[in-house]
Amino acid sequence: MILNTIERSDIELSKEDFVSDQMVKWCPGCGSHSILSSIAQVFPKTGYKKENFVFVSGIGCSSRMPYYVNTYGFHGIHGRAAAIATGVKVANPRLSVWIATGDGDSLAIGGNHFIHLIRRNVDVNLILFNNQIYGLTKGQFSPTTPMGSVTKTSPYGTIENTFNIGNLVMGAQGTFFARVVDTNPKMMTEAMFEAAKHDGASIIEVLENCVIYNDKTHAYLTSKETRDDAQLWLKSGEKMIFGKNKNKGIRLNGTHLEVVEINNTEITEKDILIHDPYDPNPGIHLMLAQMAPPHFPMALGVIRSVMKPTYDDMVEEQINTQKNSSKIQCMDDLMNSGDVFELK
Amino acid sequence: MSKGNVKELDHAVIKFVGDSGDGMQLIGTLFSDDAAIYGNDLATFPDYPAEIRAPHNTIAGVSGFQVHIGKNKIYTPGDKCDVIVAMNPASLKANLKWAKKGTIIIVDTESFEVEALTKAGYKENPLENGSLNDYHAISMQMATLTKESVKELNLDVKIILRSKNMFALGIVLALFNRNLDNSNHYFEHKFGKNPQVVLCNKSVLKAGYDYLNNIPQIQTFKISPAVLKKGKYRNITGNVATAWGLMAASEKANKPIFLGSYPITPATEIMIELSKHKSLGVKVFQAEDEIAGITSAIGASFAGAMAVTSTSGPGLSLKVEAIGLAVMTELPLVIIDVQRAGPSTGLPTKSEQSDLMQALFGRNGEAPIVVLAASSSANCFDYAYMAAKIALEHMTPVMLLTDGNLGNGSELFRIPKMSDIPAIHPPIAQSNDPDYKPYKRDPETLVRKWAIPGTPGLRHRIGGLEKENITGVVSTDPANHELMVKLRAEKVQKVADSLPAQKVNGSTEGDLLIVSWGGTEGSVYSAFEAMQKEGKKIAHTHFNYIMPLPKNTEAIFCKYKKILVCENNNGQFINYLRMVLPQYAYEPYNKVQCLPFTIDELITKFNQILGGKI
Repeated sequence: MILNTIERSDIELSKEDFVSDQMVKWCPGCGSHSILSSIAQVFPKTGYKKENFVFVSGIGCSSRMPYYVNTYGFHGIHGRAAAIATGVKVANPRLSVWIATGDGDSLAIGGNHFIHLIRRNVDVNLILFNNQIYGLTKGQFSPTTPMGSVTKTSPYGTIENTFNIGNLVMGAQGTFFARVVDTNPKMMTEAMFEAAKHDGASIIEVLENCVIYNDKTHAYLTSKETRDDAQLWLKSGEKMIFGKNKNKGIRLNGTHLEVVEINNTEITEKDILIHDPYDPNPGIHLMLAQMAPPHFPMALGVIRSVMKPTYDDMVEEQINTQKNSSKIQCMDDLMNSGDVFELK
Repeated sequence: MSKGNVKELDHAVIKFVGDSGDGMQLIGTLFSDDAAIYGNDLATFPDYPAEIRAPHNTIAGVSGFQVHIGKNKIYTPGDKCDVIVAMNPASLKANLKWAKKGTIIIVDTESFEVEALTKAGYKENPLENGSLNDYHAISMQMATLTKESVKELNLDVKIILRSKNMFALGIVLALFNRNLDNSNHYFEHKFGKNPQVVLCNKSVLKAGYDYLNNIPQIQTFKISPAVLKKGKYRNITGNVATAWGLMAASEKANKPIFLGSYPITPATEIMIELSKHKSLGVKVFQAEDEIAGITSAIGASFAGAMAVTSTSGPGLSLKVEAIGLAVMTELPLVIIDVQRAGPSTGLPTKSEQSDLMQALFGRNGEAPIVVLAASSSANCFDYAYMAAKIALEHMTPVMLLTDGNLGNGSELFRIPKMSDIPAIHPPIAQSNDPDYKPYKRDPETLVRKWAIPGTPGLRHRIGGLEKENITGVVSTDPANHELMVKLRAEKVQKVADSLPAQKVNGSTEGDLLIVSWGGTEGSVYSAFEAMQKEGKKIAHTHFNYIMPLPKNTEAIFCKYKKILVCENNNGQFINYLRMVLPQYAYEPYNKVQCLPFTIDELITKFNQILGGKI
């Protein structure tokens, strides 16, 4: 159940209500197809009227999304989706505002807007398609391309550290961060629904495959052979247990997380951390977001979800307070207040 | 009190100058507000450095506030001064060029000590070497007198000396036979929580007032209230007037304001003013940068707000890509550029008219927008209102150019009644309109409809990619692109159909037409008026609508042999006119010194041309 002021539909909507009449032009096999499909599944579940959704995007492969979802859509300019969406939401907080963006759009050219959207906690949902490459400009490295990668603009390998999106979100005082893989629709829809429920800036990082320029970049994480040991799907209130045989877990050892084997002698399930996404202290969330193969599994699912007042709510609150208390109720009041003299 | 020797004046120019931090802007404003309440017409010109506290006692740190008050219509803040209040040697040195024979110069002798004189570059004390003999200097030990006036209050010396500016204000109020009510009222309002400070300021102000009145045989002045149109008036700065014009449009259109902006000199006061008026539904978003300022405004416009972004030249440069997005999406957006001297950071606190080309053409692609320019602090209200009306009714970005002098300067503002202001009718698409298409246009105006998110039955997508005419589907069709380019241009040109006709002052034909635009109206009109009084055959036309030009512009231009275009830049409007109306003979008259034209220099130029010397 979602609690907010967005108007609900009288009739039950379905996936078909959100399919647009535009031809989807992503490459066959692109992870974006499954993201689109997940979005179309989640939107009817929110219960909102279909005219109350707005999809905003920047530039890049990800940012074609608004054309393919049947909502009010705004395809912006490179890097600015977060700022455009802030304007939409602040102008009308009774809209459900979604952003489709990529690792270049939000972390390079739009890095500033991305962190400030999070810092302000504007109640929007941002889906960050992280394929670790610039696709639409045909294969240059992005701020998430792993160090050493050979790309069109790094023929001798990249020499840049990468952004860890979860850490960036939490560094910017983020209230909601989820990480999902494009190969798991259930994981995506669950995270998107949680994001919709969350009051505040919800960031969903989708680890996405680019079949053309960065194929199999997440293969270790998503392939059948390795994924059980590579993925830790976090669930609120549940132990952080993973692995093919469900015998590995995450334990806090001093100030560090470590992977341990549950052998029911020295280490039992009791030693394993329980996931609490609602803990205001971001300490464990930060460490979880940092975990990466091969020494750790990748933390997936909703990593952090904490309550804080939203920017758009506070804007409304200040306006309502002033409307109810100020002597100035219209322009005639304002212009005739203060030092005025009359010539008769 | 000897009030025998009172001289009536038509008008006077008073300039308060001192170190930045001496409180010159405050006493200038208080004196101006007092003059406004008294009923004088006025225009002000704050002239201050970019630094908050520039090095003490240096020329770089001089802050000034000039006010021109009169019993007739006042068009400019004035050129030469009748009274100069100089609080330190540097401010005297920097401003003596604005004095004329007989100018009253009020100085604090105690500030003319060796170190301050040296810092100002004086080799000897100008108060003692006869260099002020052409003027009427009134000098006193202002700091000592200030301290004496409040010695019974047992206040901290710092607090006392901070109110020294009020001693100077008291002198000038007495010099013009004003009373202290307005200033005292201000102290109570401003420092009410601190009665000691209120009392200190009041006492010092009164001490200055009494000091002047007790000078034997002192000549004082009287400027009668102006004969103005009946109605209510107030003193207003251009930036506040801009904010109010926007708010008036918002009320008329029934669309709440969303301002997305980033602080920048000299535009910030628009944002500050709008931030105060939440009771009128104004939403101000202080963005992380200029780009977020405009793009958030575009998002808000898409969502149905009356969207505005305000900035100055460097900020406008950062916004240009987004202005193209607003052109492409054909959304209403008001962009306000309070121009300052450039390029780059330039002279942030000094004024110029040099962003015209950027306003007209500073975008990629064929991206015409409407451009207006306000021409007085008070009419910033009218043109901000018109910018919003045109944006909302024509679904287009509109750029309003003002400048630092207009924005920071103030004037008497005749308060309009909201019921007298014309209505605004945005073309809002109705729920479930079966004929709605994103780029379907009104056949007359070529304006598309505004389908606001949340409205049933109008879900659609727009964005920066070229769209097919009518349907709004993404299109790379060559013929469609050309059609859309022409439609967007024609839509902007059609705004001219609803603009008022361009007016001409003076002879309707002849040898010389003086052209001005934007913030130079006051000085150019004053020079024109002076020449007309001398019987010279001359005409003047002033442009507030720049793009598109009023439809009768050609009909005016064709009546004159020569057209002199006066502007505070290196010739931007003249080049625009040469582009759109190339058939006429234009002459440039440019001044790019961050100072307005003086009336004298304009008259000299006009006479040169009339005399055939150029």
